[in-house]
Amino acid sequence: MYLLTVLALIPLGLVLWFTVSRGLPSVLHPEFFTNSFRPVGIPGGGIAHAIVGTGILVGLASLMAIPVGILGGVYVAEYAVDPWASWVRLASDVLVGTPSIAIGLFAYALVVVPVHHFSGIAGSVALAILMLPIVIRTAEGAVALIPHGLRESGLALGLPRWRVSLQLILPAAAPGVITGALLAVARASGETAPLLFTSLGNTLFKVDPTQAMQALPLTVYQYALLPYKSLQDQAWGAALVLVVMVLGINLLSRWVLRRQIRLAGQL
Amino acid sequence: MAAAVESASTAMPPARRVPDRFRTVSALVAAAAPAILVVIVVILFQQAAPAVRHFGLGFLTGTEWNPVTDMFGALPAIFGTVSTAFLALVLAVPVGVAVAVILAEQGQTTLRGILGTGIELLAAIPSVVYGIWALYVLAPWSYQHLELPISDRFGSIGWLSQPGARSLFNASLVLAVMILPTLSAISREVIRAVPRGLKENAVALGATWWETTWRVILPSARAGIFGATILALGRALGETIAVTMVIGNRYAIPPSIFSPAYTLASVIANEFNEATGTLYPAALIELGLVLILVTLVVNIVALLLVRSTSREASRAA
Repeated sequence: MYLLTVLALIPLGLVLWFTVSRGLPSVLHPEFFTNSFRPVGIPGGGIAHAIVGTGILVGLASLMAIPVGILGGVYVAEYAVDPWASWVRLASDVLVGTPSIAIGLFAYALVVVPVHHFSGIAGSVALAILMLPIVIRTAEGAVALIPHGLRESGLALGLPRWRVSLQLILPAAAPGVITGALLAVARASGETAPLLFTSLGNTLFKVDPTQAMQALPLTVYQYALLPYKSLQDQAWGAALVLVVMVLGINLLSRWVLRRQIRLAGQL
Repeated sequence: MAAAVESASTAMPPARRVPDRFRTVSALVAAAAPAILVVIVVILFQQAAPAVRHFGLGFLTGTEWNPVTDMFGALPAIFGTVSTAFLALVLAVPVGVAVAVILAEQGQTTLRGILGTGIELLAAIPSVVYGIWALYVLAPWSYQHLELPISDRFGSIGWLSQPGARSLFNASLVLAVMILPTLSAISREVIRAVPRGLKENAVALGATWWETTWRVILPSARAGIFGATILALGRALGETIAVTMVIGNRYAIPPSIFSPAYTLASVIANEFNEATGTLYPAALIELGLVLILVTLVVNIVALLLVRSTSREASRAA
């Protein structure tokens, strides 16, 4: 059994090892982070456009998904006995498992078709749909951890329900809620499939979300499949940046969560 | 827990019942999740309508995919999706369950802590990173060291012949690596939910660690492990990018598992941006609709199974 566990970790370790060893040579050049795409043969190409694009896409998606997700999660936890709450829970669980490529098709039909061109906004709508169920379920979990006593003392003081939920319970649950939001951000940063037909990708440095936009995962996907060594090297570099970013956000969220558990112990 | 609050507030009824507006507003906001799910299916159905009308049920059994003659059938893509996902499960389930058993053991050793955190972090690695690794490292290695030796020895069996670096088998291999973390993380929770008493009874009766695990713990966690397997199946069915990079993208039912094939998600990823006319994009969206409906059913079954096990466990405890 231990042998099988080690067997399981071998490929997983290899993924990290190759990403670091093949990506490091690209990442060590500072212009990799300051320059955008350069045609094959011209040295000094970088992924600045992809990094900024990912930031804008995920930022817009977070603005859409996080507030709605948190309020939805508070509802599901605070009114857990409502039949509607269990429907929301089921729908969120199913939505988490929905293929991201299908969500990309949906965002294409919803945003790209009416305005007749690809845009960062369409990409962020797709990412927001991916993030929403994660935020709802983690916020619900965090709120449900708060002891009844806090809620009951708020109600006993005559506070209305919305103030109890939003000004008393939610701040107490904040670390758990933030953890969930961070996990959703990490997931959205790494997704390629929903961006293929929405933000499409761009070789130029763009900050206008009504235009087609590049993103880190798109860079890895597109460059890796091209027959040019220099672009393949950049793909490995972009993959390394992506892995560091996603794992960094994950570790950060773990640290926040550990504080939550310690706080909950004190209450 | 909310029930306790409800009963506390109804124990002393106020003179005038104030409508709980917060409940209404937050319920409406929470409705975003179910609403999006319904709208996705409706809009995709509406966009696929030309193809649905034109081909009817024949779309699911047709084997030809020809944009020039406007002939579209989904069978090779459905075959590719289902067979890569099942092959990935066959490869990943024994390993994933073994990892879960080890991780669920009582007592927190540092090694187990590191393994647990490591496996959870690996679930977070983006699929495109698995994709680039599979394309440049895993597929060439598997071609040299798995496909060639196997087909040399068993090549007379049709479905083990014709080795190639871009193949259905290599796509399943990378899928197996990708679903492993999910599989073992959920199975670990399910195995942990098995009441301690059961295990202690078995040990008290003189059962060895192996007998306890094999005859007591795994059977009582059976439904939950099955649920975890189906959730992993759902992920494998919908995975796009990593599979597209190694499966070889040939629209036919492959003669051998070492031949190139295609999946529903990869056809969409590769062809949708170039699809012109009305029937071609509609057919691609119909592929997406088939994919989404299959994963929907798979996921709901899995969720019900996982929930029923954890409920049973909490009743027994």
